[in-house]
Amino acid sequence: MSVPAELHYTEEHEWVSIAGDTATVGITDYAAQQLGDVVYVSLPAVGAAVTSGEPCGEVESTKSVSDLYSPLDGEVVEANEELDDDPGLVNAEPYGAGWMFRVRIPAGSGGEAALPPGLLTAAEYEELTKSAG
Amino acid sequence: MTDFAGWLMPLRYGSETAEHNAVRSGAALFDLSHMGEIAVTGAGAGEALDYAVCGWPSQLAPGRARYTMLCAPDGGVLDDLVIYRQAPDRFLVVANAANTAVVLGELQRRCAGAVVQDETEVTGLIAIQGPNAPGILSRVTDLPLEGMRYYAGASGTVGGCPAWVARTGYTGEDGFEIYCAAGDAERVWTALSEAASRDGEAGTPALPAAGLAARDTLRLEAGMPLYGNELGPDMTPYEAGLGRVVRLDKPGDFVGRAALEERAAEGPRRTLIGLVARSRRVPRHGYAVLSGSAEVGVVTSGAPSPTLGTPIAMAYVATGATGPFGIDVRGTTEPADLTELPFYDRRKQR
Repeated sequence: MSVPAELHYTEEHEWVSIAGDTATVGITDYAAQQLGDVVYVSLPAVGAAVTSGEPCGEVESTKSVSDLYSPLDGEVVEANEELDDDPGLVNAEPYGAGWMFRVRIPAGSGGEAALPPGLLTAAEYEELTKSAG
Repeated sequence: MTDFAGWLMPLRYGSETAEHNAVRSGAALFDLSHMGEIAVTGAGAGEALDYAVCGWPSQLAPGRARYTMLCAPDGGVLDDLVIYRQAPDRFLVVANAANTAVVLGELQRRCAGAVVQDETEVTGLIAIQGPNAPGILSRVTDLPLEGMRYYAGASGTVGGCPAWVARTGYTGEDGFEIYCAAGDAERVWTALSEAASRDGEAGTPALPAAGLAARDTLRLEAGMPLYGNELGPDMTPYEAGLGRVVRLDKPGDFVGRAALEERAAEGPRRTLIGLVARSRRVPRHGYAVLSGSAEVGVVTSGAPSPTLGTPIAMAYVATGATGPFGIDVRGTTEPADLTELPFYDRRKQR
């Protein structure tokens, strides 16, 4: 199971990558493995406002369906349309081509985009998955 | 891995979709050693089973098998079973793992004049399923498979191990179930894997292992009921569209007869139907089925169908409900088309 060190994580098994004022969100390798083969991903629409900790989409696999939670507040600027044709990308490349949506996040006081509170480091997330068994 | 009726079982070995597709297009191996095997033996075994189950086992020729059900006195289904007549005086009753204790207890109570013995712990069960199954198995068994009919079985060897080999399965595909000593299961598995790998493309197993997830989508496509979903103590075989397994034409009483005769006469209150979803959102067990805005039934099993490429579901609806049907998928009604079961029939595909 891979947990890239440079990413941020949530307890709901999303990952977040921040570049400038844009955050890219996906689900972790651990989550994808737990779900099994992903067959359909419902993503928030471009322009939609998402709220940290609130469901904003769904991930369907063979055996189950899970809510997709937004890890941060902001406006959706892009959704990964590739997943519509090939949802299996979530299993194959959860941190790459299997990304889900991008959010513009408000700038912090220093002009830089502020890291939303409550995100986990790679080490903390790895610990979480271990204790979950 | 998951806990399944007290057995630690793999939901999937790798990708359950790949495992599913392997069964449809080639072959795959299943370890089904969790299934319950109960032997009913003795000169009176056939007649004893005639009273215990709703089928007519005493009419089975040795070497043949039948799908049947164990019913409660009120006609409710306690388990669905496959019964093999392995010899004139020996029947092997195969039960769902979760129901083995119930089936064993009922058979012990109901089968006066026969010996009822639980062989689950000493029996291994390996299934090889898929169109390539006969070719692969024929290399490692001494049994001639060409003449073996669907729902027939014979004693022989597989990979040198004594085994009961039957042309049965739960996938809607050709294939075999191999009952052997629990200690021989690994040898049987390895013999089949090695026989297949001679055909394999480099790096891809010609005979992948398949887990419970693939087993569930395969049986759902084939329109086969699963105990706990389509079958249960609050349903009779008639609701499940399986009235044919109830042999009211057999002589003598059997457990559930009076209730089942009544139910046969009045017709089913619910009907099991097949639905193909138009949306990609998957109907799941327990979701409501709507006709217009009225709730008319409930989904018993639903999954994305790897073969059809769309979600499919079986559901119980009030007899007479005509649709057009919708399924309440977490608050949104998704349209679904009524279809004949099974969703997949290999005889129509090839």
